[in-house]
Amino acid sequence: MGEVKVSNKQVVIPGEILAEGMDYVPTGAAYREEDKILSMQTGLVEVSNRVIKVIPLSGPYFPREGDTIIGRISDVLLSGWRVEIDMAYEAILPVKDAVNEFVGRGADLSKYFDIGDLIFCTVSRVTSQMLIDLSMKDRNSRKLFGGRLLSIAPVKIPRVIGKKASMVAMLKNATGCKVYVGKNGLIWIDGEPKMEQVLANALQMIDEQAHTSGLTERVKKFLEKETGNKIGDNDEFQQKN
Amino acid sequence: MMSFSKRTDGRSLTDLRPMEAKVGVIDKADGSAYFKIGNTAAYAAVYGPKQMLPRFMQDPRRGVLRCSYSMMPFSGMGERVRPGQNRRAKEISMVTEKALLPVVDIEKFPNSVVDVFIELPQTDAGSRCAGITAAALALADAGIPMKDMVSSVACGKIDDKLLVDLSYEEEAFDGEVCDIPFAFMHNSGKITLLQGDGVVDTDSLLKLFDMAKEAAGKVYEVQKNALLEKYKVEGDLDADQ
Amino acid sequence: MLTSKNAKLHLAKYLKEGLRYDSRKLDEYRDIKIETGVSNTAEGSAKVTLGKTEVIAGIKLSLEKPYPDTPDSGNLMVEVSLPSLASPEYESGPPGIDAIEFSRVVDRGIREGKVVDTKKLCMEPGEKVWSISIDIVVINNDGNIIDASGIAAMAALLDTTMPKVEGNTVNYKEKTKDRLPIDSWVVPATVHKIGEHFLVDLTCEEEEASDGRLTLAAKEDGRIYALQKGGDIPLTKEDLATMLKLGLDSGKKSLARLKEVLK
Repeated sequence: MGEVKVSNKQVVIPGEILAEGMDYVPTGAAYREEDKILSMQTGLVEVSNRVIKVIPLSGPYFPREGDTIIGRISDVLLSGWRVEIDMAYEAILPVKDAVNEFVGRGADLSKYFDIGDLIFCTVSRVTSQMLIDLSMKDRNSRKLFGGRLLSIAPVKIPRVIGKKASMVAMLKNATGCKVYVGKNGLIWIDGEPKMEQVLANALQMIDEQAHTSGLTERVKKFLEKETGNKIGDNDEFQQKN
Repeated sequence: MMSFSKRTDGRSLTDLRPMEAKVGVIDKADGSAYFKIGNTAAYAAVYGPKQMLPRFMQDPRRGVLRCSYSMMPFSGMGERVRPGQNRRAKEISMVTEKALLPVVDIEKFPNSVVDVFIELPQTDAGSRCAGITAAALALADAGIPMKDMVSSVACGKIDDKLLVDLSYEEEAFDGEVCDIPFAFMHNSGKITLLQGDGVVDTDSLLKLFDMAKEAAGKVYEVQKNALLEKYKVEGDLDADQ
Repeated sequence: MLTSKNAKLHLAKYLKEGLRYDSRKLDEYRDIKIETGVSNTAEGSAKVTLGKTEVIAGIKLSLEKPYPDTPDSGNLMVEVSLPSLASPEYESGPPGIDAIEFSRVVDRGIREGKVVDTKKLCMEPGEKVWSISIDIVVINNDGNIIDASGIAAMAALLDTTMPKVEGNTVNYKEKTKDRLPIDSWVVPATVHKIGEHFLVDLTCEEEEASDGRLTLAAKEDGRIYALQKGGDIPLTKEDLATMLKLGLDSGKKSLARLKEVLK
């Protein structure tokens, strides 16, 4: 009873009917309306057993606790900072979650983080009214000096990171650049100009081909060609973030 | 007074003018589309969800959809159209918003706004319909959650003939004419836009509903292809790596 | 989009090595794509893309009273509009100072360069002349709007055919074979200074790091018909000389490209 109307890896559009009947469970961008399962966004279908998932191919970033993101300090407050995170809402970085030493009342917080500073941090709390708190307590959190900030659709970030962080490690090792990837779609890079160019082009490739298979191999070949370095298959990729 | 017998461009009463559509045409936008039907063309760009300003327009329960329709100064059939929204443009902006609102789901983004901007470089009747069609495409391209697609087309009556997708020349016919723009939600077949300009009787109007629904289905196919086209994998990506 | 606080310093590292974020040289434009006849309601039109920057210029003609100080010449007006459609930075509402500046700079180049022989646009001295409205609408902003707008305006003017006149009114539905009386070709070229380096055709990201700019509008022979200095930093005479040379060279290349497309 019930019928799946789409196949695995098929691209579907909003409102497209994915299945009929009550046998299936929708997840991701798929939703149920009475006896039908439909898609809410343009995305890739993933069918396994009785779960029908739609992985969106575009769409706004939705913050979750534990997400590591990149933000920019937009204001210095009395007990923390306001941070822009490239979405509809600004976040708050409370001083107690940002600085290890004791900070007296009335202290000038701008000496820790000033307006315009970029930070790599963690989402510590999200309320239903979209009040977002950040924390710098994780050992990978830090201020990002200089560098270049790139932007990619948040839904493609998992492809930039890769399985077990393999893609981002490959990008770092091949180009020797520092790379910080924010789940909010911001990517910070810093390295030698020629290597940064290669890295930016590789990221462009991932952006354009995020929905395809065999991408990792193609990126690897591209990096090898552009940097002249061979990338080992069995390299242990050290991934810190 | 001549009676209306035949369409000047050789179309049948139920033929739409040739259509074309493309998504992702405006790089800076979160989603975008271009839709052309006959000689009427529309660009649409979506920005958001982002912070809604002015603050007093924020809705704490859900995001707000805000549409803005505008004709480029050289897009009118006669003299130059002065820039800035005139009353007609403001009304069209409002009905466009109402045509899309029933399918857009931005409950997860309180106090935010999703802005849709529509600009037309050339018009030949059916411009608000082209705008709505392009806007729905742009929203789908941006990944704004939508329960269904919306497709829009105008139908009308000239003398005693019922027709689909009137051109400017047909609208200007010297006799009894009415022009009825429709917009349909694809799955439910319900209308989200209905306006009328001219003389029509109930019987004809109900017949036009059915004709418009079928025509909107053809518009939907063009919209769907535009979205799928973006993610089509052309040839062998591995070929010249 | 957020940018790094030290964007300027970072770009300087590239410029020192003669590199830019994309693969261009400092004196190189992105590929200039020109397409005419893109709006069939306009009497003449053109779409110009510079990389990801895209603008459409449309010409509308009408019969008006001449300006009181030029009773035997046609009228000309140029307006560049920056619609919210084209960039998250563009705000809704009446034209901001950027749009006004761009409009006036492009206007000066065309007007002072006497691109159109407006004396030939007089139908009845003191009473009725052709009025040319050049509207340039930005579709996507990735920098260098002035140059893109100027090139599009020039191409649109060359694309224009006169509509039929019936008595005192214009019949927009019927076109004649007549073109506008175009005497010369002028396009703007904008040069920026970042630190100690000079570059042309900047993307939005590069424009954020710019210290100052100079736009000039010139003909092929190197005579300059419009100038505009922008940005915060003062320029030396040496800076000016360098920017003028770079601007003139760039302008020549843009004109050559126009010629290539419109031959």
